[in-house]
Amino acid sequence: MTVQTVIPKRRFRGKPRGRELDPHLLEALRELLGDERQDASLRRRDLLIEHLHAIQDTRGYLPLADLRALAAYMNLPMAAVYETATFYAHFDVIHDDQLPPPAVTIRVCDSLTCQLAGAEALKAQLEASVDIEQVRVLRAPCMGRCDTAPVAEVGHNHVPFATQARIASVIEAAHFHPDPVAWQRLDDYRSEGGLALLQACRQGDVTVESLMEAMQQANLRGLGGAGFPTFKKWTFVRQETGPRYCAINADEGEPGTFKDRYYLERSPHQFLEGALVSAWAIEAAALYIYLRDEYPALHTVMREAIGELEAAGLVAPGYIVLRRGAGAYICGEESAMIESLEGKPGKPRHRPPFVAQKGLFNQPTLVNNVETVYWIPMIWQRGAEAFSSQGRNGRVGLRSFSLSGRVKQPGVYLAPAGITLNELIDEYGGGMADGHRLAAYLPGGASGGILPAAKADIPLDFDTLQAHGSFIGSAAVIVLSDQDDLRAVATNLLAFFADESCGQCTPCRVGTEKMLTLLERDEWDAGLMTQLSQVMIDASICGLGQAAPNPVLGLLKDFRGELAAQNVIVRG
Amino acid sequence: MNMSMSEQSLSKSFTLTLDGVEVSAYPGESIWQVAKRAGETIPHLCFKDASGYRADGNCRACMVEIEGERVLAASCLREAAPGMVVNSARSERAHAARKMVMEMLLVDQPEREDSPDRASHFWAMADQLAIDATEVRRTLPRRDERVTPTVKHVSLRADSLAQDSSHSAMSVNLDACIECNLCVRACREVQVNDVIGMAHRGAASKIVFDFDDPMGASTCVACGECVQACPTGALMPATLINAEGRGDSTVADRKVDSVCPYCGVGCQLTYHIKDDEILYVEGRDGPSNESRLCVKGRFGYDYPRHPSRLLTPLIRREGVAKGLDPDFDPAKPLTHFREASWDEALDAAADGLVGLKAAHGPDALAGFGSAKCSNEEAWLFQKLVRTGFGSNHVDHCTRLCHASSVAALMECIGSGSVTASFMQASQADVVILTGCNPAVNHPVAATFFKQAAKRGTKIVILDPRGQALDAYAHLSVRFSPGADVALFNAILNVVISEELYDTAYIAEHTEGFEALKIHTVDMTPEAMSGLCGVEPETIREVARLYANAERAMIFWGMGISQHTHGTDNARCLISLALACGQTGRPGTGLHPLRGQNNVQGASDAGLIPMVMPDYQPVSDDQVRAAFEELWNTKLDPTPGLTVVEIMDAIAAGTIRGMYIQGENPAMSDPDLAHARAALAKLEHLVVQDLFVTETAQFADVILPASAWPEKNGTVTNTNRQVQMGRAALPLPGQAKPDWWIIQEIAKRFGLNWNYQHPRDVFAEMKQGMASLDHISWERLEREQSVTYPCPAEDAPGQDVVFSDAFPTLSGRAKFAPTRPLPPDEPVDADYPTVLTTGRQLEHWHTGSMTRRAKVLDDLEPEAVASLAPAELIRLGMKPGDDLTIATRRGSITLKARTDPGMPEGMVFVPFCYEEAAANLLTNPALDPYGKIPEFKYAACHLSRSETAMLEETDA
Repeated sequence: MTVQTVIPKRRFRGKPRGRELDPHLLEALRELLGDERQDASLRRRDLLIEHLHAIQDTRGYLPLADLRALAAYMNLPMAAVYETATFYAHFDVIHDDQLPPPAVTIRVCDSLTCQLAGAEALKAQLEASVDIEQVRVLRAPCMGRCDTAPVAEVGHNHVPFATQARIASVIEAAHFHPDPVAWQRLDDYRSEGGLALLQACRQGDVTVESLMEAMQQANLRGLGGAGFPTFKKWTFVRQETGPRYCAINADEGEPGTFKDRYYLERSPHQFLEGALVSAWAIEAAALYIYLRDEYPALHTVMREAIGELEAAGLVAPGYIVLRRGAGAYICGEESAMIESLEGKPGKPRHRPPFVAQKGLFNQPTLVNNVETVYWIPMIWQRGAEAFSSQGRNGRVGLRSFSLSGRVKQPGVYLAPAGITLNELIDEYGGGMADGHRLAAYLPGGASGGILPAAKADIPLDFDTLQAHGSFIGSAAVIVLSDQDDLRAVATNLLAFFADESCGQCTPCRVGTEKMLTLLERDEWDAGLMTQLSQVMIDASICGLGQAAPNPVLGLLKDFRGELAAQNVIVRG
Repeated sequence: MNMSMSEQSLSKSFTLTLDGVEVSAYPGESIWQVAKRAGETIPHLCFKDASGYRADGNCRACMVEIEGERVLAASCLREAAPGMVVNSARSERAHAARKMVMEMLLVDQPEREDSPDRASHFWAMADQLAIDATEVRRTLPRRDERVTPTVKHVSLRADSLAQDSSHSAMSVNLDACIECNLCVRACREVQVNDVIGMAHRGAASKIVFDFDDPMGASTCVACGECVQACPTGALMPATLINAEGRGDSTVADRKVDSVCPYCGVGCQLTYHIKDDEILYVEGRDGPSNESRLCVKGRFGYDYPRHPSRLLTPLIRREGVAKGLDPDFDPAKPLTHFREASWDEALDAAADGLVGLKAAHGPDALAGFGSAKCSNEEAWLFQKLVRTGFGSNHVDHCTRLCHASSVAALMECIGSGSVTASFMQASQADVVILTGCNPAVNHPVAATFFKQAAKRGTKIVILDPRGQALDAYAHLSVRFSPGADVALFNAILNVVISEELYDTAYIAEHTEGFEALKIHTVDMTPEAMSGLCGVEPETIREVARLYANAERAMIFWGMGISQHTHGTDNARCLISLALACGQTGRPGTGLHPLRGQNNVQGASDAGLIPMVMPDYQPVSDDQVRAAFEELWNTKLDPTPGLTVVEIMDAIAAGTIRGMYIQGENPAMSDPDLAHARAALAKLEHLVVQDLFVTETAQFADVILPASAWPEKNGTVTNTNRQVQMGRAALPLPGQAKPDWWIIQEIAKRFGLNWNYQHPRDVFAEMKQGMASLDHISWERLEREQSVTYPCPAEDAPGQDVVFSDAFPTLSGRAKFAPTRPLPPDEPVDADYPTVLTTGRQLEHWHTGSMTRRAKVLDDLEPEAVASLAPAELIRLGMKPGDDLTIATRRGSITLKARTDPGMPEGMVFVPFCYEEAAANLLTNPALDPYGKIPEFKYAACHLSRSETAMLEETDA
């Protein structure tokens, strides 16, 4: 990187400053995206990521000359286009001094569950075996398919239980697109009583107040991880003057989490009804759905499902705006998601103001997770009691656990809130995987910290784990066994955070990287690590940096003996 | 967040607890600001305590603990709230966070002694937090320990420079970058140049120019705001960095506050000087620049020490013919001139003039003063001509820039200066920019326009050429060159036919509207569309936007004034503003953007042949009587000749001797062959300048004068702000201050002058210029800048004027109807292309200063003509090929530049290049009122250079 190039300074320019615009490429963009001179809305800044996807889908990558043309097309500074294009992992910005990527890209998931399932070895095998002229092998973060680990994505085709042989056959068959998903169509959904709530709301048979009361009774909380009571969020947004927006966060990226995908693949219309009811409740001017790029099959599902609603005259065309992520975990953070919806790098905003006050396009915005709104029609249909009567160990409600790691039957399980890990493994997960003994678990994905086997009998729910330096978050439970290398676990998690840090604030941008380096050392300086953790927790702008040291603190707190047994010397 | 004290005192204060002490705060203030007032400077890196800089809260060096909150808060960003309990200095937790943040950044910094700026703000903060750099480097891992990239999708590229010395003016060393984003905000939000971005993410975050291009190859316009904002030295003025990349921003031994010598914006600045050299320059928080500068104003200060600087008086050698000798080297003038003592040179200079006056009468002499000199020097120069030469034949370059604007303004509203400052654009809903290119010619004024646009002001650009500001415009309308009057009348027609005008305003403040109504009735958009090349609907849209706006302003430049119908152009714009009631209120007004640092002041001070100082007609007996009393001498009642008329009078043999101070008519006049022939014909020419300019090459005597950074004096900018300029450098060689030289000539005309200092002159000016009431030298020393008119010693001047009445006899403004006229020299079959001329960002006026400034010369080293890409293709040429441009008056050959902003059928040539002087081509036809030549329109013929074609054939 530290290369000095001296261009002769005194030089004549035969053209305006900076990169020249190729008018032919601008014309080509007009073919691809539409003519912005006729339709100025095509220039809207918030379409930048969509346009970048369109170019990359067509060209296979993003050549700078095309980006230059896009800057002209959108009347955006080159730097603004470049910032967004280079922020997201799925955009291949190719410079003049670089070769375009090969035709086929294999992404091997290297998040914790897949790593436990041998992703590293798989990636090494693939790298050694593929023709690098034709195929490139990349690592990628969690693809939301931890029940089929290890996972690799070939083109846009996700291969479960991936092996070198399986992937080879996928390449050979040129099977680069996702398999279609069998989902509940609108007619089927309606025949089961679907959309009754939405209709009732629209007809005035259900009031917002009564619905909020039901949600409160059912103890519906933000299931993206924060657990904020949903009715309260509605209240806050409704207090603000409009126009207001509703934005659904379908950027399920917390390693180990795959529940949103699970529900969307099965009942997209139940989700859409919940989302539309939420939008109705706050009188939203539009409903945005931010769906991660790692779920290509779901993009088709959602497009078609929205199309069904529009065709049936149930939603005005264009009211629901489906947007595509581009590979950035941070966009699961609500304000980063809003930045991304606006076509910018997903860098979280400072609070205050909260997104309920100033969110999308600086307007009051209701941001909810997929699963949160998914339950709304059912709460109304079955009654709040059906939910509030559930729960265990003094906790109320149901939780969708994404269970993965060293268990026999990983998957998404709707279980009583407050269930313990031991109960979850025994009752739902089919017990520990053969030959594995429970050693530790992550109750809330990469962020929720790490707990020892000794704490496998504490209730799992919001609010119950804080005392243990942990939290349930999106209820992504990753089970570790006595055969797992704890330092490898910690470095995997910190490498993930460092890779996904947006880079905005020092404690996270620098802290995650420094922590990673410290973890990779044979000797751990507990004092320094704790100090660093504290600054990350205290001074990071958003939850990513604040939660990133959790696994480190967990290991230092509860795993000194295990670390010593694995030859990690901990000082201090 | 950045409130002025007056705003603060208006809003109600409240209290909060800071470190256990109750302190007061104002709504909108940040905790950082509250703490600062309470005496604590909380450490900060990404926050710049300066106007225009938004707090971004990203570095986390300024954390404080707020009771009741789970995590710490960034004090720079968090708004103070009543009753808040904040712990800063006494919070261990906050201290630990601040310190560790600094340590995390420091460990990856170069060693302090190897830093690009060892005195940077960053190191000062490290000192404040008592950080032991050695200890930090021992404990914390360094970034370069890592073998694999932390951010996986970002691949390393050799061409992605961390150290980038591709720009002449600025040095980039990203090893010292802390990703604080200040340069991004500087470039994007403060100057709104939109070049710098923060690319990638996480630990791979990188400051980039455009697409991570070398700075020198990017769209960077070198305003240097990023350098001024950078807290670490990662971006530094190249002059402060040695070959090893090390530097020290405190190396200067003294600082002097002054004003920029270039355009009419009047940016305040601070020279940093070491060993009597200007090391670098920083913007100062003046009213018209808020600490911003442009490339010229920041990097163009080495010209006073250029090797060709005149150090001794020169007298033409016997027998050396007057004229431009291609073999003449201004750095070695002794081939054509001989050195002389000041006494000899002054005697020779004055004797020649005195002799001609004695032999042929006062009308045999004329003088050109300078808009680049101070108000005091302008005053003395016109006084010398009027009281010494005995005529009113004194003029200066205002004749070539805004004379027509002034003529129209005087005629219609009774005042020749702007009715509102350009800062008022911030309050306007609609801003029309026409015939101006502020991003190039008034770059810091442009920042106000761009900022306003970002806040929602609708910018409407009316111009034949495209420009950088188009990117920020709500509407950008290209019209046919020279068809201004047709377009403006069509707009007026819409205002009238759709009854968009302001009846109450018209009734109260104007006269002649009914005549205008009748006059414009047939000039419908449909009727004018063919002439001006704008769709009728677009014309209507512009009219409606402007007329319906709550507050709207019109800015114009020389695209309006430099036409034979320049006065008509300005009349139209004035009529438009009057009809719509868009003057006299905040966010409204008429503003001709003035081109030179003191063209407003020089005009105010009377460097105009038909008026005495403050635009008082020489023909007015009362006016003359007052000045006769002040100066104790008789004055000529006949208005003098203007610039081009003087040239004609030389040719006609009536004017025989001239004194030219700091002007370069051998480059700046139209039809240079004619002008140069006239200069050669002069029996006696005295030129006073910094260099042997093209004009000085016709001189009999050349007097070495002072550069702006070498003298004290006041200047008046386009906003009517009188500002104090101060000497930063000693005069080189035998060079003298201009005021001293003028006084010496005056003495030799028998005038009893005895000014000891410019302040003496200023005191005299106040006696003849009511505009300077309540503005004293001492006040300017103290306040740096005071706007005229100014109502009292202790009151600010008026940014917006004529709210109640206009300074006309009736107190009303006047509509002056106009009719479209074709350009003086329309294109035809032989000369089918329109030639238009102007300036470039890097070069100012005739280039005598800027082409001797290294950075500016590096950036624009050669004569260049800009053409539409299709035009080049039509000519069978590539960018960089030699192009020959011919008009009926001459031809030049220069390199071609392709510019998508140019319309087809037009070529643009800057007039600063003596090797391809644009004014050899221009048409000297004059506007009948302003006497301004038609620099913006001449019929020309383009061809590939014959030499180039011959070379190709040979090959």
